[in-house]
Amino acid sequence: MGVGIEVSELNAWYGSNHTLQNINLRIPANHATALIGPSGCGKSTFVRCLNRMHETNPVGRVTGSVLIGQLDIYTQASPVEIRRRVGMVFQRPNPFPTMSIYDNVASGLRLNGYRNRVVLDEVVQRSLEQAALWEEVKDDLKKKSGASLSGGQQQRLCIARALAVDPEVMLMDEPASALDPVSTAKIEDLIFQLKSQYTIVIVTHNMQQAARVAENTGFFLNGRLVEFDATHKIFTNPRDKRTEDYITGRFG
Amino acid sequence: MAARELRAPRRLRSSNRIRRMLANHLATTAAVASTILVMAPLVAIFFYLLYKGASSLNLAFFTRPPAPVGETGGGMGNAILGSAILLGIASALGVPIGIAAGIYVAEFGRGGRLANTIRFTADVLNGVPSIVMGVSVYALIVLPQKHFSAFSGGVALGIMMIPTITRTTEEMLLMVPLSVREAALGLGVPRWRSVLSITLRTASPGVITGCMLAFARVAGETAPLLFTAFGNQFWSTSINQPIAALPLQIFVYATSPYDDWHRLAWAGSLVLILLIVVSVGLVRYVAGRGVLRGAS
Ligand SMILES: Nc1ncnc2c1ncn2[C@@H]1O[C@H](COP(=O)(O)OP(=O)(O)OP(=O)(O)O)[C@@H](O)[C@H]1O
Ligand SMILES: [Mg+2]
Repeated sequence: MGVGIEVSELNAWYGSNHTLQNINLRIPANHATALIGPSGCGKSTFVRCLNRMHETNPVGRVTGSVLIGQLDIYTQASPVEIRRRVGMVFQRPNPFPTMSIYDNVASGLRLNGYRNRVVLDEVVQRSLEQAALWEEVKDDLKKKSGASLSGGQQQRLCIARALAVDPEVMLMDEPASALDPVSTAKIEDLIFQLKSQYTIVIVTHNMQQAARVAENTGFFLNGRLVEFDATHKIFTNPRDKRTEDYITGRFG
Repeated sequence: MAARELRAPRRLRSSNRIRRMLANHLATTAAVASTILVMAPLVAIFFYLLYKGASSLNLAFFTRPPAPVGETGGGMGNAILGSAILLGIASALGVPIGIAAGIYVAEFGRGGRLANTIRFTADVLNGVPSIVMGVSVYALIVLPQKHFSAFSGGVALGIMMIPTITRTTEEMLLMVPLSVREAALGLGVPRWRSVLSITLRTASPGVITGCMLAFARVAGETAPLLFTAFGNQFWSTSINQPIAALPLQIFVYATSPYDDWHRLAWAGSLVLILLIVVSVGLVRYVAGRGVLRGAS
């Protein structure tokens, strides 16, 4: 089951660059939430704060609190534990180049000490099917490297790899930006299915996509969360002038 | 007007094309010439060794220890075995320490004082003449133990392997893209695990090359063995006894006054080079078997 996320007073820095300023929001469990906003406004930084990846940057710093379910991730758990429960698909596809397709998908389980072959086979197949990649790679699972796939296939491989560890929350940073319309539609289908098991946060530049998959949408601008509401409200009747300007294409 | 405007670019174009073709041919010729220049000494040495040494290669050469002065025959069997043992000890010592130090410098201590000290020490160690290494190990191990030994020879060679391995491991690890490290951390893999199973594994072709370079370099070393392994006319497999080594035996044979021994020295040199080629090739083959289609 997915769990809700509650973000209060979140601030993030890169060195002296105050990238996220006083973010407050509540992401409901088992829903998809879209984050939109112009390039450089802090969407990636925000999702990286939700699984404590931001602090892996040597100049990254965070204050404020993030509750995943009942758990305050910055004070009550280790980063490793959090990242197991909060899966992430990065903005740029990053398969492990020296591993086969199979090993890439199985890596999360294996690196955490999981060895049972039958279960691994099953998880790998299911994850690749969910990520709409199984048909294309099922004959080369152990022969081809993850790096030999096309950019869009690599992105789906990374989605499968994140699904395989069965997280409770799934952070997807522009998962479909490198995909053709057919694969994009498959990923959107996947997000629909996943909602029953996971809480999904998806960053996207594609407003139609946000409208199609997400119940709620947040609009970021210059490191601030300008507006957060039901998706249909954001797109038909935004409260803030800046949101309206952005979604009608007047800037950004 | 119009005609002239048309002609000018055409003239430019054709002269450009000739210039490009010339530059292309020049660059190709230079590349081929450099390749030949690099290959020539290796090929020359190899054929000269074949010419001088191949005739003395027979079964006895590989299976017999040296014959006493005055008798003909004999071989370098014990020296080949001795070199294998010495290099085994050296690798068992140098490879893990070298890689571990490289991992520390690149991953855990980056920018810290200890990491900088290790890097500096490795660079200095790389420049220490091998004879000095031999004398140092003599003072540190042979003198307290009061006897020459295979162990001390292996230690001397192993220490000489460390700096090369440490520096190449460091450089290769630093070449692994941040995105790959992030992928591992994002899966909830602990840092140490991600370094060993992902970063080091991604960098492994380069790390293996570094180990092979270090191995090939010390395989031919004579000076560090003079005061440590010392050499031995007989079979020995004990790490506490003086032991024969190919470079040492070549040195003894080559500086002797006998023609027969000179020929054996040539044959020994040939075998030494072949052994290095074979072991490097073998490691490459074994390491390359797991590489997948499309892996970078
Ligand atoms: N590794 C980094 N080091 C320093 N500054 C960074 C780093 N990554 C991002 N920033 C800065 O943080 C700000 C927000 O970046 P972020 O990547 O979160 O934007 P984004 O909304 O995801 O943009 P995009 O839509 O282009 O992906 C930018 O101004 C950027 O300059
Ligand atoms: Mg981004």
